[in-house]
Amino acid sequence: MNERISREDVAHVARLACLSLTDVELDAFTNQLADILEHAADLDALDLETVEPTAHPLPLINVFRDDKLGEAVDREKFLASAPEVENNQFKVPPALGEHS
Amino acid sequence: MTVQETVLAIQKGEMKAQEVLESHLKTIQDREEEINAFNLVMTEEAIKEAEKIDSLVAEGKNPGPLTGIPVAVKDNICTQGIPTTCSSNILAGWLPPYDATIVERLRDAGAVIVGKTNLDEFAMGASTENSAFGPTRNPLDTTRVPGGSSGGSAAAVAAGFTPLAIGSDTGGSIRQPAALCGVVGVKPTYGRVSRYGLVAFASSLDQIGPFAETVADAALLLEVISGHDPLDTTSIPEPPLDLSSALTQGVEGLRIGVIDELSGGAIEGISDDVLACLEKAVEALTSAGAIVERTSVPSTVYGLSAYYVIAPAEASSNLARYDGVRFGPRVDAKTTSEMMVATRTAGFGDEVKRRIMLGTYALSAGYYDAYYGKSQKVRTLIMNDFAAAYEKFDLLLSPTAPTTAFPLGDKTEDPLQMYLQDICTISSNLAGHPAMSVPFGQGTDGLPVGIQVLAPATDEHTMFRAGAILEASNQGQS
Repeated sequence: MNERISREDVAHVARLACLSLTDVELDAFTNQLADILEHAADLDALDLETVEPTAHPLPLINVFRDDKLGEAVDREKFLASAPEVENNQFKVPPALGEHS
Repeated sequence: MTVQETVLAIQKGEMKAQEVLESHLKTIQDREEEINAFNLVMTEEAIKEAEKIDSLVAEGKNPGPLTGIPVAVKDNICTQGIPTTCSSNILAGWLPPYDATIVERLRDAGAVIVGKTNLDEFAMGASTENSAFGPTRNPLDTTRVPGGSSGGSAAAVAAGFTPLAIGSDTGGSIRQPAALCGVVGVKPTYGRVSRYGLVAFASSLDQIGPFAETVADAALLLEVISGHDPLDTTSIPEPPLDLSSALTQGVEGLRIGVIDELSGGAIEGISDDVLACLEKAVEALTSAGAIVERTSVPSTVYGLSAYYVIAPAEASSNLARYDGVRFGPRVDAKTTSEMMVATRTAGFGDEVKRRIMLGTYALSAGYYDAYYGKSQKVRTLIMNDFAAAYEKFDLLLSPTAPTTAFPLGDKTEDPLQMYLQDICTISSNLAGHPAMSVPFGQGTDGLPVGIQVLAPATDEHTMFRAGAILEASNQGQS
């Protein structure tokens, strides 16, 4: 179906996934991903033109809860899990202008 | 003693929950170092819970259907204030701010949660070797894997650490380890058991289910954890299951189809000794009055390929949340994006990275239709083929795993070989159907073989009828 996934493809995908790979890892992952995708190429044998996709196995549609007051999320409890917090908010290193 | 007998003995005051717990803690102490089934043994909490159960009984109260029964819970299920790691460094030190619904249901039923069990990181694997806590070993042969990803839960039951355990099954992660460890494992219908508090791997496939030594015990645990939960929008709006009558009903007149593709047909790699056990299982069901015939579910052949696109695709999205901002450890860096890359690179193991990248690729521009779109269509074909088979049959039958337990390290270098362990189990997840593994016979290596009973959506009851017959016949033979 497609050309074998390349080292550059894997490097690109790693960037998209926020992962950093060493050269050795990049080689290994490229081979492994290529093998797996090659196995998936058996789907090419199927005529799927008229088949609808399935995203989910249950026929549940638009599930709403009753509009009743419930227990509110305890802000303190959730903030306690964070690596860094300031003024009741998650704190991160500089996010803007980082490429300048 | 079965779980039900123990429950009755505690409720009548003939035994104490504390004694039951103590004897299990002793077994854990004796063998846990060798097996490594647990990421955490909650000794203190468990003792307190057992004391509470005993005092409720002393007051004349009934603590519930699992009174005083020790239960192990897979470590990808949230327990408030108690570490929940998914066997990953990226959740090291994290304490969940809430309990999963099933944890509440277990406690409400009087169960005593004894610990959190080891798994392949984020439930991705078939051997419980991909764990930040080291591999779990098969209690029946410690040179072998217990299967995975719920290998810790399967091993805990097989080693007698706890009579019951909870696992999760996305592509076979309850059934395959149950088969390899010689215990009963059930993947219920998708939506039967609340996923609230289960750390998401592939949300359209994940389902929580029970491990037990016997079919009756598995039924009891499933009854307790099943039923609608408003906190999970994919929860089936039905009351908890009642499976008790299934255990004695027999299979007289039931039509059971043996999936040809998984029993010597189109799919290769199912070992001869496993197929021999399947033949014996067919004989057992036939002599119990079922009408058993071979049948074809043609697109199961494509299940593995579709699964290894869909599950990683969903995982790549679900695991985007581990970025060092809101929970878990952080690797410091100058900018937010550098911090995220450093945190994720240090926190995830190789198999998780592999699947995140596979899923990211399958969803990326230019490849979406070729991989993800196509796989979703194959999912429809599989559901159609199952629907056609269930017009002729009440249940389907196949092996659970292609082989008995394999040696540690055997498949760690070749991901595709590891993925093939899921070949018999994956289609049930794609279809959302229930399936269970029941120990039946042994391989030539003396290790247990599991037979898989598959049922249409929401028909756990008929599935347990066949499970009970297989178990009775297997015990008659051994």
